[in-house]
Amino acid sequence: MAITEDAPPRADHTGGPPGPGAPEQEGRRLTSPLVLTMVLLLVVVAQSPIRRALSAPVMQSWMTVFVAVVVQALPFLVLGVLLSAAIAVFVPPSFFARALPKRPALAVPVAGVAGAVLPGCECASVPVAGALVRRGVTPAAALAFLLSAPAINPIVLTATAVAFPRNPEMVLARLVASLLVACAMGWLWQRVGRTDWLRPPTHASYEGQSKGAAFWDSVRHDVMHAGGFLVVGAMAAATLKAVTPESWLRTAAGSPVFSVLALAVLAVVLSICSEADAFVAASLTQFSLTARLAFLVVGPMIDLKLFAMQAGTFGRGFALRFAPATFVLAITGSVLTGAVLL
Amino acid sequence: MNRQAQAAVLFLLGAALLHAGFTDLYLRYVKAGLQPLLLASGAVLVAAALATAWYEWRQTKASEGDDGHGHHHEGHREPRVSWLLVLPLFALILVAPPALGSYSATRTGTALQEPLAYPALPASAGPLRLDVADYAGRAAYGHGRSLAGRRIELTGFVALDRAGTPYLVRMALNCCAADAQPVKVGLTGRIPPVLQPDTWLTVTGTYTARQTRDPVNNGRIPFLEVTSAKPVPVPHDPYDETWNN
Repeated sequence: MAITEDAPPRADHTGGPPGPGAPEQEGRRLTSPLVLTMVLLLVVVAQSPIRRALSAPVMQSWMTVFVAVVVQALPFLVLGVLLSAAIAVFVPPSFFARALPKRPALAVPVAGVAGAVLPGCECASVPVAGALVRRGVTPAAALAFLLSAPAINPIVLTATAVAFPRNPEMVLARLVASLLVACAMGWLWQRVGRTDWLRPPTHASYEGQSKGAAFWDSVRHDVMHAGGFLVVGAMAAATLKAVTPESWLRTAAGSPVFSVLALAVLAVVLSICSEADAFVAASLTQFSLTARLAFLVVGPMIDLKLFAMQAGTFGRGFALRFAPATFVLAITGSVLTGAVLL
Repeated sequence: MNRQAQAAVLFLLGAALLHAGFTDLYLRYVKAGLQPLLLASGAVLVAAALATAWYEWRQTKASEGDDGHGHHHEGHREPRVSWLLVLPLFALILVAPPALGSYSATRTGTALQEPLAYPALPASAGPLRLDVADYAGRAAYGHGRSLAGRRIELTGFVALDRAGTPYLVRMALNCCAADAQPVKVGLTGRIPPVLQPDTWLTVTGTYTARQTRDPVNNGRIPFLEVTSAKPVPVPHDPYDETWNN
């Protein structure tokens, strides 16, 4: 999102009109609209060899999953981007200062519970969390929101209830475990997190722009940015889905420890939308309920496409530390909750 | 990528979503319920593209009147990763890959689960049209009690396992094709001599007690005693979406 914007103005900006003294270079410059036009033309001209190259069943299935992940995620991404633009432009920072408790330790659970109001899947929560950090919300609270929102909103909980008609306790377990892990991650960040792991929020200030210009600028920026990372994540997920056979799951289902780990890894790899993961979990009947709970808790918090999007929003250094910690805590949280509730 | 190129990519992406949403194309990738959201997000992307182009044009005009100086948004290039957004664009517009077929079906275990209840089937003079998942549930877990003596009609695509046993498959979908899972019914009886994987068939037949286990996840696969089979075009919605309704 906008935190990642290049802060210093660049003199070698290829797109803008050349500054004084540079007009003679303009003709030779490869501007991005020109590159885009050339790429489009090239692909249209070469479309039949491209289609032939992609006609193998593996490639077809890869493409279908890739397109499906992107098409499914884009509406939620756009929703999140609109919300984040609205927060950035129309909500004054003082609102969050008043709405959240002063003490970060208390702000974390409040923000975690507030995640319940964002209806959507994990793609929407990344830009919104980015906007919250830029608006001065303490990162610990914004991260608790980021983790809890995709897992505990009413749509996802209803889908879980529908997918597990014989085990209504799964809904409660999912809610409790997800909140627990989200708050634990928030507190952990508050204790050991360092702001320099986050990319500095050098967002172009919207001062001097009209509200409309600022709003659409934020929408454009976030879609281009998060969208690019979404594509990276979708490619990774499609590759793993098309290449790895599912039969290895059968060998994992036997041992209780290994089955929890296997489903947690599967949740990361598959990158399924949190509104649909309950149905997939329900079909993994050879696994224990605790293992399936781990699948439902890990998936919305960390998966391949989320990792790519978090790296894009908050920086690679952040994502490399945050993702493994979330993974471990999510497994611990679901095993504990499973032991008590399931 | 500068703002003009960004506006172009946003516009094309929005247009591609609108195109997929207005035709049946989107049904190959996501559930039918996502259509309004797809159209809305396509419209937002197109609006963002137009707004970007308009503000860019205004700013250029303003800075021209300013003697060519004072172009304020230097350094607003997005990172290279934004270029990747053209990939789903090409995939959607130029290639439009088909819905998941036999390749995924044979690599994924059957998603059949024990049904909660077996509602009475309507009386019909001709063959009774059922969903693949409905028949499979009744046949595999209900001992075919509700199916006795009925002629059943199922529609799905053909998948062959390693031994060459033909299955009639329908992929069940909850949100998007990434979570699609097959429900398989084995074919026995008078099956056509040559079966190509991924051909869509409407088969008519009767219940048989024969069952097998899916080699991938050990799930139950019931069989259907086929009396006739005819090729059909790919249905309007290639997936079975009954699960999320």
